[in-house]
Amino acid sequence: MKNIHVSTTLNGDDAEFVCAPEETLLDALRNRLGLSGAKEGCGTGDCGACTVEMDGRLVCSCLVLGAEAQGAQIKTVEGMAIGEALHPLQQAFIDHAALQCGICTPGILVAAKNLLERNPDPTDTEIRYWLAGNLCRCTGYDKIIKAVQIAAADMRGA
Amino acid sequence: MNFQSNTKANFKVVGTRVPRPDGVDKVTGRALYGADFNVPGMQVGLILRSPHAHATINSIDTSKATALPGVKAVVTSADLGVPEDESLRDVQDNCLARGKVLYDGHAVAAVAAKDMATAKAALKLIKVDYTPLPHVTDVDAAMKLDAPVVQEARADESVPEGCGPNVTHYCEFGHGDLESGFGMADLILERSFTTAATHQGYIEPHACVASYGTDDKADLWCTTQGQYFVRDLCSGILGIEGSQLRVTASEIGGGFGGKTTVFIEPVALALSRKAGRPVKIVMSRVDVFRATGPTVSSSMDVRIGMTKDGRITAAEAKLRYQGGAFPCGTVDMGAQAAFAAYDLKAVRTQGWNALTNRPKEAAYRAPGAPMAIYAVESVVDELCQQLDLDPLDVRILNAADAGTKSSYGPTFDQIGLMATLEAAKEHDHYHAPLGENQGRGLSCGFWFNFGGNTSVSLAINSDGTVSVTEGNPDIGGSRASISMMAAEELGVAYEKVRTIITDTSSLGQNDVTDGSRVTFAVGLATIKAARAAIRVMCGRVAKIWGIDEDAVVWEDGAAKPSGPNAGDFEPMTLADIAAISSETGGPIAGHHEVNAEGAGVSFGVHLADVEVDPETGATKVLRYTVFQDAGKAVHPDYVEGQMQGGAAQGIGWALNEEYIYGDDGRLQNAGFLDYRIPVASDLPNIDTVILEIPNPGHPYGVRGVGETPIVPPLAALSNAVSRAIGVRLHELPMSPPKILKAVMAKG
Repeated sequence: MKNIHVSTTLNGDDAEFVCAPEETLLDALRNRLGLSGAKEGCGTGDCGACTVEMDGRLVCSCLVLGAEAQGAQIKTVEGMAIGEALHPLQQAFIDHAALQCGICTPGILVAAKNLLERNPDPTDTEIRYWLAGNLCRCTGYDKIIKAVQIAAADMRGA
Repeated sequence: MNFQSNTKANFKVVGTRVPRPDGVDKVTGRALYGADFNVPGMQVGLILRSPHAHATINSIDTSKATALPGVKAVVTSADLGVPEDESLRDVQDNCLARGKVLYDGHAVAAVAAKDMATAKAALKLIKVDYTPLPHVTDVDAAMKLDAPVVQEARADESVPEGCGPNVTHYCEFGHGDLESGFGMADLILERSFTTAATHQGYIEPHACVASYGTDDKADLWCTTQGQYFVRDLCSGILGIEGSQLRVTASEIGGGFGGKTTVFIEPVALALSRKAGRPVKIVMSRVDVFRATGPTVSSSMDVRIGMTKDGRITAAEAKLRYQGGAFPCGTVDMGAQAAFAAYDLKAVRTQGWNALTNRPKEAAYRAPGAPMAIYAVESVVDELCQQLDLDPLDVRILNAADAGTKSSYGPTFDQIGLMATLEAAKEHDHYHAPLGENQGRGLSCGFWFNFGGNTSVSLAINSDGTVSVTEGNPDIGGSRASISMMAAEELGVAYEKVRTIITDTSSLGQNDVTDGSRVTFAVGLATIKAARAAIRVMCGRVAKIWGIDEDAVVWEDGAAKPSGPNAGDFEPMTLADIAAISSETGGPIAGHHEVNAEGAGVSFGVHLADVEVDPETGATKVLRYTVFQDAGKAVHPDYVEGQMQGGAAQGIGWALNEEYIYGDDGRLQNAGFLDYRIPVASDLPNIDTVILEIPNPGHPYGVRGVGETPIVPPLAALSNAVSRAIGVRLHELPMSPPKILKAVMAKG
């Protein structure tokens, strides 16, 4: 089958790429568009390391076809910081040691940002269930939950 | 100038919570991990794996795959030599099977092709003719005299007569008279336990790019815990000289011991050599589960005697571990660690390793210790229950301390066990009330900690900044700690220092990032490299001032005149000295190379509260507290992070995680859906209490902290669940069906 031409919006900018019909959005992001922030941890939607936002909805980009990005708004970790200014979640993750190896961090940041946009004042339990699809093997999640709460408080105050 | 050998006490940088130097890269997606690295002209490498648990390879026909357009190379073990060194041969045979496949997922052949679709098509064209053989995956079955033989004649000289053909190793540790010890006991309990194999579960699969030139010079970029060891293994397997293979470690997306060896790297190099082009291999998650290192699984017997007032009179353990299809010595560490927390007059541990048709075991955080200590701590807890004794008081009564002859031989120096036990006893967690179906468990944990070969270079830049070059991949924030120790010693701000992890061509040998060695050993070498640079700087200043070198001291980041010259000259800061270095003799640097000793053992105590649902058998962890001796916590956030992360992995091991093999010898749950590691909603906050009992072997008192925290959760959870349901459990993981069965059997 022939490759497909896709026009999409990536972190607010127009973007175009060509991909195979069976190619995942994750592979298109990483191999066609040069954005390697989304990671493949499993390829089956179990680990959440490839989490991106598609039209405001969180998706595992390993379970979405590249072709489905046609006309969509895609947001990745690379779009979180504005110029030199880190997003409050990014800053809180650094300041409060919410990452160790960092491989799950892009997916968790994208997922947490989406949560705080829907619910600016979540409980710990709400954060834990919201992030239950994002595996972290290093931290035991404790500092991640705390950093999300600190960023949420910061954003409510801002 | 002279440096005092005693442990430093007043710190300015060490002990603070500075931002990690790789933080921005990791929160913005800029950090490059194994699979993020690409080079021009790169081909896709893919590996064909065995569908059989055990089979003879009669032939491999690669002709059709080789002929497929777009295929650049196909390799099998025939493309490699046969290393004389037995352990190197095992590593190679694990990367590409030779003669037999030994487990489900064992690599058989590999292709390099222009793209993934072509590589997948080529794999299907490789014809392997197998004759299946009987297989064995259970440790007790594998130890029998008539078990299917995984590999012939692999027993080492330690194995006594009469063992089954799969037993490759035997060990024994201990001291004292067991019989008279048990004779003094008021109660003796003997219990048997099993634990399942678990996987390290790093979220980043193995990945590498190999580029091999026709001049036999090669480059390898990979995710690894030790680029030097990768270099040594790969150059040995490929038959090239170490200097001609440069290995560069990427950022690493978790390792926990599982990235201390090679799986795909020699294959990528062999493909690249044959193809004449760079080759990239990224493992799938399924292949990570099927073919990279899980832990050993175990079957254990523990017998302990106790007086009615709680003194342990004698203790013994028999540990049977299987480490997959190749020999391993992990049981040694289990047998040494089992009773390390106790001061015992009579103790003996025996260990056996057996081969099975499973993937070759790889290190996993305190390898060998969690299961042995789980068994011991379970029996101690049951003794406490039956004798109606407080389990924490019994630990305190029997705790090893400075001067104790350990159960594995050495006499302990300063250790932090008593301090952690007392901190646990004073903590409100230990005294909080429990509700219905709830239970509290505790366990001690121990790890030896290692030092090892370490090489560090430290440059004083002419702008007054400092560049530290080290060779150990940063798996938990070690670049921050190393920069902090350099800043502390030099007396400069943390922000003035940047630590870089370099490739194998740029420094002397650095052992793998394992054994909780990096903050200890690389930190020690960094401090000594800084001291070497200070000596150079003091020498330069002495010449400028025209005084004796010994009359210059280094204080607060500056050279100062001392003794009879005190006050004669204005102090010169590091920046002052660096700025004029080209006029005083040239660049200033320090370096240090050492095979570090004196790592200092580490103890921890964990408290766990659980609630078990009697209807479903599901366990909820309600509260969890970790107490651990860090010697000196260089960066407390990342020490806590180790304690919390280790606890979470141990909780997963206790409750859910296990390798499940079918009757066909094939792995049934090779994915994160069915191999369930803890997710955020499974866990409570994990509270931490850091104790600091300085390690005399490190200038700042540092002990390794990374491994100990995975040890106690297994027994802490088992003891908590057993107390909650009123039935003693002897098997991990304590999955809901097993707990439900135990509850229903109780009636």
